[in-house]
Amino acid sequence: MAAGVAAWLPFARAAAIGWMPVANLPMPVAPTEKNKRQDELIILNVSGRRFQTWRNTLDRYPDTLLGSSEKEFFYNEETKEYFFDRDPDVFRSVLNFYRTGKLHYPRYECISSYDEELAFFGIVPEIIGDCCYEEYKDRKRENAERLMDDQEDNKDAKLPNMTFRETMWRAFENPHTSTMALVFYYVTGFFIAVSVITNVVETVPCGSAPNQKEVPCGERYTVAFFCMDTACVMIFTVEYLMRLFAAPSRYRFMRSVMSIIDVVAILPYYIGLVMTDNEDVSGAFVTLRVFRVFRIFKFSRHSQGLRILGYTLKSCASELGFLLFSLTMAIIIFATVMFYAEKGSSSSKFTSIPASFWYTIVTMTTLGYGDMVPKTIAGKIFGSICSLSGVLVIALPVPVIVSNFSRIYHQNQRADKRRAQKKARLARIRISKTGSSSAFLHSKRNGLFNEALELTNSTEDEQRLSKSTSLLESQHHHLLHCLEKTTVSTHILQLYIFLLFLTNHEFVDEQYYQQSYLEAGLQNYPSRSPSLSSQDGVTGTCCTRRSKKHHTPLPNASAPAHMQPLTHTHTHPQGLQELSTIHIQPLSTSRSSLNMRVDEPAPLNCQSSQITTAIISIPTPPVTTPEGDAHLPAGPTHQNVVKVSAL
Amino acid sequence: MCTPTKRAQWREDLQHFRKDHGISKKVLLNCCLVRRIITWASPSPKDSVEDELELSAVRHRPEGLEQLEAQTRFSRKELQILYRGFKNECPSGVVNEETFKDIYSQFFPQGDASTYAHFLFNAFDTDHNGSVSFEDFVMGLSILLRGTVQEKLNWAFNLYDINKDGYITKEEMLDIMKAIYDMMGKCTYPVLKEETPRQHVEVFFQKMDKNKDGVVTIDEFIDCCQNDENIMRSMHLFENVL
Repeated sequence: MAAGVAAWLPFARAAAIGWMPVANLPMPVAPTEKNKRQDELIILNVSGRRFQTWRNTLDRYPDTLLGSSEKEFFYNEETKEYFFDRDPDVFRSVLNFYRTGKLHYPRYECISSYDEELAFFGIVPEIIGDCCYEEYKDRKRENAERLMDDQEDNKDAKLPNMTFRETMWRAFENPHTSTMALVFYYVTGFFIAVSVITNVVETVPCGSAPNQKEVPCGERYTVAFFCMDTACVMIFTVEYLMRLFAAPSRYRFMRSVMSIIDVVAILPYYIGLVMTDNEDVSGAFVTLRVFRVFRIFKFSRHSQGLRILGYTLKSCASELGFLLFSLTMAIIIFATVMFYAEKGSSSSKFTSIPASFWYTIVTMTTLGYGDMVPKTIAGKIFGSICSLSGVLVIALPVPVIVSNFSRIYHQNQRADKRRAQKKARLARIRISKTGSSSAFLHSKRNGLFNEALELTNSTEDEQRLSKSTSLLESQHHHLLHCLEKTTVSTHILQLYIFLLFLTNHEFVDEQYYQQSYLEAGLQNYPSRSPSLSSQDGVTGTCCTRRSKKHHTPLPNASAPAHMQPLTHTHTHPQGLQELSTIHIQPLSTSRSSLNMRVDEPAPLNCQSSQITTAIISIPTPPVTTPEGDAHLPAGPTHQNVVKVSAL
Repeated sequence: MCTPTKRAQWREDLQHFRKDHGISKKVLLNCCLVRRIITWASPSPKDSVEDELELSAVRHRPEGLEQLEAQTRFSRKELQILYRGFKNECPSGVVNEETFKDIYSQFFPQGDASTYAHFLFNAFDTDHNGSVSFEDFVMGLSILLRGTVQEKLNWAFNLYDINKDGYITKEEMLDIMKAIYDMMGKCTYPVLKEETPRQHVEVFFQKMDKNKDGVVTIDEFIDCCQNDENIMRSMHLFENVL
């Protein structure tokens, strides 16, 4: 029952007055609505645009989102409206469906976005009204074809483990995949051309012996032509057998058009070999040679245009059939008429109706050879009618075929263009993705900085930084950190990030540091970690510091201005390490206390940190600071593994 | 077609007629002219296309809400709801018989509701102009849903009396009965036989026709119905409809 008709229910119930007096039994009790609500307006806020409708309107279709209680999930208590964060333009169509009972598809709307909206609101697309259903189906089909094209392109991607057979098949189907395939492609193309030209030249009359009639070249240079033919057929046979071997489904391959053409192209040669020089069958043999011309169809593998033409003819089969049928009808009619019209005249060429067929065809296709002409007046009149109608009949189906061809050709063009653009598109997408991954690192750095600033209580900077990363980003990065923590050893660290923020990219070669500390980390980890963990616990690690044995030359470092207290260390390459430790500590920490911690784990000021920051130091020579020099050289040179783990 | 030659011929005829019969021009104009123009302008019987065109050109606007409120027993809000539904289905403001039948058959898809809808249409169309406007519609509903038992029975009598002569004959009743049974369709159990409507009519007349004169008058009808338990009990069908 249509939705609108529900409004007529009172009328239908009232009309039951007609049955009552004649009824044999009393009428059953009508169902009463328990809590009959007055119809109320409800507000649907779709991305800011407010739509209002009666509640009853929406209740007409209870199996959709808006008609069922599902919409309560979207109810906003404060504003007393239902909020949907969807496209308001498409929502218009959806709401009109409730109002009128007919779903319309607007032409300017993208088909996939429309489908998505319909799916969201729980409406089945099949109820689109007849007025718009054609358009909808056409667009959907186009889209599906395009997606299939894209998928086919993806199939070309080389799979990691392809058997030899699969590789061969891919090479045959798509010659651009490897150089071998390309070579093979051109070679076969060349031989096809050679074969066709040979067939043609065979029949040209070459010079003749003085007192003999002209002979065609084929008979003059029999051996040469035979060798050429043999060579071509060999190549074709080999190609066919290779394709047969490589085909994933041999049975399907053998049934395909191209393979049939291949077979037909090479068969006459073999039949010719087998057949003897029997006079009776040699006639048939000559006929078979005609089939050699089918080799030219092998070019369709090489030319896309030819393939499109073939496909067009196949898809226009009905139009071609109509053309043929109407032509046949017209030919028979006019041939009959011409025959009877010309029957009277003497020496008429129109000896029978089939003989008149030739005249009719020639006239209808406006060829007009002139070998048969009508002589009587009636014949001439009918002849002119015949030629006029011929023009019409032939001109009618041709535009259909042409438009089909054009559509398919353009589709192919578009597919090729899309394929070409795809690479550029993917490259651009990749760039933007790497941009976002560097944003991740950037935020990690900012995260560290944030924590450091918390310690130092500089709130303004903190606020500034916290605004720069959105909540979503920070949560995403947190997740990535968690993954890191799970997979990467906790003793190894991204010092370079820390150094990055420390040094503001000025003098630290991140890559260098990354490499070097990773080395350090990898080398030092096994020996040191157990003791570390046993001694330090979580907070202790932040303060532990070991010095590494060997010295890695560091690039010259000029300390940034805010690291004033430590400037005097910059003469020592390893001062950077100290820079890092100091920076993370509250500034009140004295340098001496740092230096004290050579051998024993000193909790010190690390307790306050929620940062379990572990700084991995760069492989540095033993720390030599003006104050602490005395200690360090004395102590065993340990690894300077100070770990800073962010977050 | 009203070709110029025919028109001229007709004018001549008219003049002769006037001279012969001494009728003043004005009277003649009023009488014959209009009718002849109509018949000349549209010699062919109206077909449905022209009908539709005419109806779509018609834009009927109902009387004001206050007037309808006074004339019917519906409240303002109920009239609003009724009109909104009415206008949604019939944007032109009037219902013709086809639409009526269509709507009714949507409620009773299993059988053929068109005959009964035809009788209903005639009952609603109080001024017999071939279309039911919103006022007619609402008046009818007002009586049926909010009227007294007397008024309802009166309306039912009006429905049964097809030729509106004040008497229900057996033929009229049979037509109505057949229409009702048609609405049921073939999906009844037990299957209705051909003479079931006829028998039903007999039963009805047995009950209603007190003086056995073969017709049922309105008084007989109302009296009989008011004394019938079943019918009275079934009157609750019309409560709480709106």
